[in-house]
Amino acid sequence: MTNSIAEIEDSACIFITGSNTSACHPLIARRVFRAKEKGAKLIVADPRNIQLSRFADVAVTQRLGSDVAMLNGMMHIILKNGWQAQSYIEERTEEFEEFKAAVESYTPDKVEQIAGIAQNDLEKMAELYATNSPASILYAMGITQHTTGVDNVKSICNLAMLCGNVGVKSGGVNPLRGQNNVQGACDMGGLPNVFPAYQPVTVEANNEKFAKAWGKALPGKIGYTITDMVRAMIDGKLKALYVVGENPMLSDPDQHHLVKALEKLDLLICQDIFFTETAEKADVVFAAVSVAEKDGTYTNTERRCMKVNKAIDPIENTLNDWEIISKLSTAMGYEMNYESPEQIFDELTTVTPSYGGMTYERLGLDGLQWPCPNADHPGTQFLHKDQFTRGKGLFHAVEYLDPAEMPDEEYPYWLTTGRMFAHYHTGTMTRVSPHLDTEQKTGYVEINPEDAKTLGVNDGETVRLSTRRGETEIPARVSNKVVPGLLFVPFHFAESPANILTNSAFDPIAKIPEYKVCAVKIEKAA
Amino acid sequence: MDFKIIPSVCSYCGTGCGVLFQVMDGRLVDTLPMKTHPVNEGKLCIKGWNLHEHVVSDKRLTSPMLKKNGHLQEASWDDAIQTTVEKLKAIIEAHGPDSVGVLASAKITNEENYLVQKFARAVIGTNNVDHCARL
Repeated sequence: MTNSIAEIEDSACIFITGSNTSACHPLIARRVFRAKEKGAKLIVADPRNIQLSRFADVAVTQRLGSDVAMLNGMMHIILKNGWQAQSYIEERTEEFEEFKAAVESYTPDKVEQIAGIAQNDLEKMAELYATNSPASILYAMGITQHTTGVDNVKSICNLAMLCGNVGVKSGGVNPLRGQNNVQGACDMGGLPNVFPAYQPVTVEANNEKFAKAWGKALPGKIGYTITDMVRAMIDGKLKALYVVGENPMLSDPDQHHLVKALEKLDLLICQDIFFTETAEKADVVFAAVSVAEKDGTYTNTERRCMKVNKAIDPIENTLNDWEIISKLSTAMGYEMNYESPEQIFDELTTVTPSYGGMTYERLGLDGLQWPCPNADHPGTQFLHKDQFTRGKGLFHAVEYLDPAEMPDEEYPYWLTTGRMFAHYHTGTMTRVSPHLDTEQKTGYVEINPEDAKTLGVNDGETVRLSTRRGETEIPARVSNKVVPGLLFVPFHFAESPANILTNSAFDPIAKIPEYKVCAVKIEKAA
Repeated sequence: MDFKIIPSVCSYCGTGCGVLFQVMDGRLVDTLPMKTHPVNEGKLCIKGWNLHEHVVSDKRLTSPMLKKNGHLQEASWDDAIQTTVEKLKAIIEAHGPDSVGVLASAKITNEENYLVQKFARAVIGTNNVDHCARL
């Protein structure tokens, strides 16, 4: 997030798209409700009728994968009415003219044809966002998990800059991160192209700096992303995979393809707190500890690094992840003799400039928001305050592109996937939790009442879903949450896995798979 | 009877709510929201309220395991680490460091993620390190 969670409640307008906030980030949704109570306008654009849609001043259900058209359409209307923040654009941004030319053709009529959004709704969205300042945009994987994920994010940034909403309190571009420490994993260099704090591995000075810090010559070539790794396994180029705290068997797209890839490995090492579907395929399983048994830090979606404190001793014969990695490293011939997570933290802050001013003592109970470069720095509530990190904010000319797969005669329905309120990701943590399991015990597919009637399917009856990748049987949930022609499957449930169906086509830059759109066939199970 | 309250952070979504773990005689018995926390101000969602339940689940892994004769069996840490290292070294010897991939995690701590990528880069010698941010 460019801005902070608490700031949301003082926004004059909140635009939520591709985030089912009240189900997946309830304590962020709480700030949205507070903002509403203070008089904020709320715009919700989601292919489903989510709970927040009911509270919105305008809510639309855009067609899956039509986000660039929708956003360009909003910006077309804003420019036509002269609602843009002209002096902000002139002082703080560049390449505005190229962008302006690109949105010229996205008339409300054209957008209605692509996205299925009524013209007066689109006009209202544009007017509310542009004329209530500061306005905040919240989004999640509904924007990013597309073959055009990068284009979608660029379009969101265009919209925010067009109305002068970046670098101001209670405004901003605010991706809501799905996992507790996905921000930290990125910050710490858990990526194939960068060292900690996003320092590129291809820049020689960075490579030298880390080589010196770690006492070892380091590779300068960008490595494989997770998407590349699967392909390299199939091609026989990747022979060993060490998986820490992940369950790709359920979280990766096109499960059949992934199983084939994992079976080609000579060595699969899996480190987890549960015997996951991925661990079942492993040659070695390392038993790690849970959140309550460890010290360390997590960094949340608003860049706040916070201290996690050990409450109980590790159960039975389990070890902290840092102890396992240290043992493995030492046995490989590279000594790691850390005594505590604090010692590791003190090392990482010396090579991670945005965390440079942090210590366990300074973090306290509230944590610190990066960038926090030195010991006197109070942390950063929102980014790009007086100028953008890169200097000038860069507008991008973005054209709408179709998703990789669209419904046809054979697979006539749209399918999208996501989370539901009681469960979390691949379900390994929530499905063993008695209270959460009681809320929802099985997977399901949401289907509109009209479609259910056409197919002769009643609520709770089992249906068969099939795509070009695979098929699964699953109970139907007849619901107005989905519009006619659209189906939704949560991906938490191993016995009816959403990702046996999804398309592994991915964004060319971000390598993110298109989980949010594919074509599917639905039949009543025999 | 020994009762402790330990402040920590919820490990479900990316919101990062402050929680209080309640520990009775060394057993984790409940989770409460932290009143003064800047993110959640004394509230939690249904997952947060039940955070302790996955920790105390009897389905937790309790020991390292090694595959022997096609089946995973409980092993000692020394065996598990030693066997892994022998196999890894042989693979690196035969196919080079880029034949190894490492997946860091959005679930473990910053300190542990730092070590995972350090392990991939400095110990294995590859930048083949990624995690599930995209998934």
